[in-house]
Amino acid sequence: MPVVKEETVAIGSDADVVLVRQRVRRRAQELRFSLVDQTKLVTAASELARNALEHGRGGEMLLQVLEEPPRSGLRLVFVDRGPGISNVELAMKDGYTTGGGLGLGLGGAKRLVNEFAVESAPGAGTRVTVTKWH
Amino acid sequence: MAVNLIHLPRILERHGEALLADWIREQLQSRSRTGAIKEGELREQCAEFLRLFREATTKGGVDMTRPEYGPLRELLANVSASRGAQGFSPSETAKFVFSFKRPLFMRLREELMRDPVALADETWAATELLDELGLYTTEVYQKAREAVIVRQQEEMLELSTPVVKLWDGILALPMIGTLDSNRTQVVMETLLEKIVETGSEVAIIDITGVPTVDTLVAQHLMKTVAAARLMGAECIISGIRPAIAQTIVHLAIDLGTVVTKANLADAFKAALDKLGVAQLPGR
Ligand SMILES: Nc1ncnc2c1ncn2[C@@H]1O[C@H](COP(=O)(O)OP(=O)(O)OP(=O)(O)O)[C@@H](O)[C@H]1O
Ligand SMILES: [Mg+2]
Repeated sequence: MPVVKEETVAIGSDADVVLVRQRVRRRAQELRFSLVDQTKLVTAASELARNALEHGRGGEMLLQVLEEPPRSGLRLVFVDRGPGISNVELAMKDGYTTGGGLGLGLGGAKRLVNEFAVESAPGAGTRVTVTKWH
Repeated sequence: MAVNLIHLPRILERHGEALLADWIREQLQSRSRTGAIKEGELREQCAEFLRLFREATTKGGVDMTRPEYGPLRELLANVSASRGAQGFSPSETAKFVFSFKRPLFMRLREELMRDPVALADETWAATELLDELGLYTTEVYQKAREAVIVRQQEEMLELSTPVVKLWDGILALPMIGTLDSNRTQVVMETLLEKIVETGSEVAIIDITGVPTVDTLVAQHLMKTVAAARLMGAECIISGIRPAIAQTIVHLAIDLGTVVTKANLADAFKAALDKLGVAQLPGR
């Protein structure tokens, strides 16, 4: 799949989560995503960035602009080298949290995008890839 | 294509003074905002660039990611940051580097006149390198600007004491900017304090100015609602825009028994109702 643009944003602080949202919003606007789709993708990015920060000890987001005529899309890859998720299925369940959150971030992010994948192993960090098509 | 610059460091060494003079003249001529940067400052930055550029190309070849380029990158970051602060655009900032091309290439031509292959190689390598360095200044510039925006948002939250009393017994808190900073908690605490202070029964939290409502923001809101309730006040959340409403549904956030209204005016009416204030029959 042709990646026409690529950038990374480091995730090491709350301010970086804000940056992630700003970058994703800007790209989604450039691709002329609808306001609803922009909002959905930015919100998913916010969830995954904060997970990488809070549960994964920080990491980075790789943002890719995809062109696959006639459609275009945005792919976001969140990578951290934290403790990993031992039971992904469980973590995806609405309401499951180990950190006193609402436990809705992962499942919610999945519902907000078109493609969603988690790769993780205990001790090996976590990689969450989401794609939204336009 | 030349991987290493063979002649360039030598030329920089031998003609450093002349290059510096040419380069500064070049910039003073083409500069649109004359006087924005003092000539002394410009001269200093250029001289330092030349010195570090010579060092870097002598030891580090043409790969600007190498550690030998560290001091040069740092200088460019500083130049970029200070120009950004002075109101220069990214392209104006990048011109600092790009404007060095002409004087440099003139010297290269003079020096390598009798060796066209070397001239082509050297010019090619140098132009690529200077392009990369120029782009680097724009990258730094963007980063700096983003940092400024984030800081301004935070300062805005910090400076404003946004809780306003709309009516006897009714408070309103227009939230603006990002809601996941520590600052937000402080703002929420301020609301709770104000509730106690004024003995208000209804607090309207307006989130029209909040760009993103994610699980953390929702949690902040719900905690505030719960705390307010403990103090005898009901919260109304207003200004949930349609796109955000849809997102909240997808996140499966349950706002439970919290009253929500489309805008502040509707929320205010609902609050007056709650207090039993008679209202003129309106729309
Ligand atoms: N990057 C990650 N690294 C390690 N564990 C993670 C990561 N992301 C999620 N988890 C685990 O999955 C759980 C569920 O994540 P989810 O985002 O759904 O909820 P949460 O972050 O706890 O709360 P919130 O609703 O505020 O997002 C987390 O509590 C955490 O245990
Ligand atoms: Mg989460």
